[in-house]
Amino acid sequence: MLAFTVFGSFWLEIFLKTGVLRRWKRALISILPISTLFLIWDAYAIAQGHWFFNRERMLGIYGPFDIPLEEFLFFIIVPMAAILTIEGVTTVKPHLREKEFGKDEK
Amino acid sequence: MSYNDIAIAAVLVAVIVDLFVFKNSLLTRLAFWLSYSIILPFQLMTNWWLTHLRADGKAIVMYDPDTIVGTRIASAPVEDLLFGFALILSVMGLWEFWGRRGFQRR
Repeated sequence: MLAFTVFGSFWLEIFLKTGVLRRWKRALISILPISTLFLIWDAYAIAQGHWFFNRERMLGIYGPFDIPLEEFLFFIIVPMAAILTIEGVTTVKPHLREKEFGKDEK
Repeated sequence: MSYNDIAIAAVLVAVIVDLFVFKNSLLTRLAFWLSYSIILPFQLMTNWWLTHLRADGKAIVMYDPDTIVGTRIASAPVEDLLFGFALILSVMGLWEFWGRRGFQRR
């Protein structure tokens, strides 16, 4: 699933030259604060038994709070795919970028 | 708090932050909704992959029935769509926020 997400989104970087990987610092400070909040939720949900993972289908590597490695990767790869998507969209349709930086037009 | 309580809270927080903290809200921009409409089918596919029951009667991720409302879309709890929306909106919002502050804008 993680590989699928990588292949599904990272071609945008190569073919549309979205330049997101080049701007990795901006990506990092966009993803880390949000992912941290979601991983806290994850830790809580795992501890409360809201969800549980089929351990036979996991890599078997667990980080702090019993969060599987796959979850940490999920919260890096999925947000990265989201950023690549919106950058891909605004690269193909530059006029949608108009409101990005200027004053609000409304 | 159950999974659905937290998922709804996450969406509310993400929406409020988008509208009132990050100026130039993504929720008012076509670029965001276009991106979300691209991401949504992929999310449904990966949700299904992670949550449908395999031959052994187990999914990769399973949920405590007491913590979800029970409505399932593409075999995943409807809460997963709320969670995904909150994650995507907040990460893209922060990415745009740093861009407007001039951090690695190009």
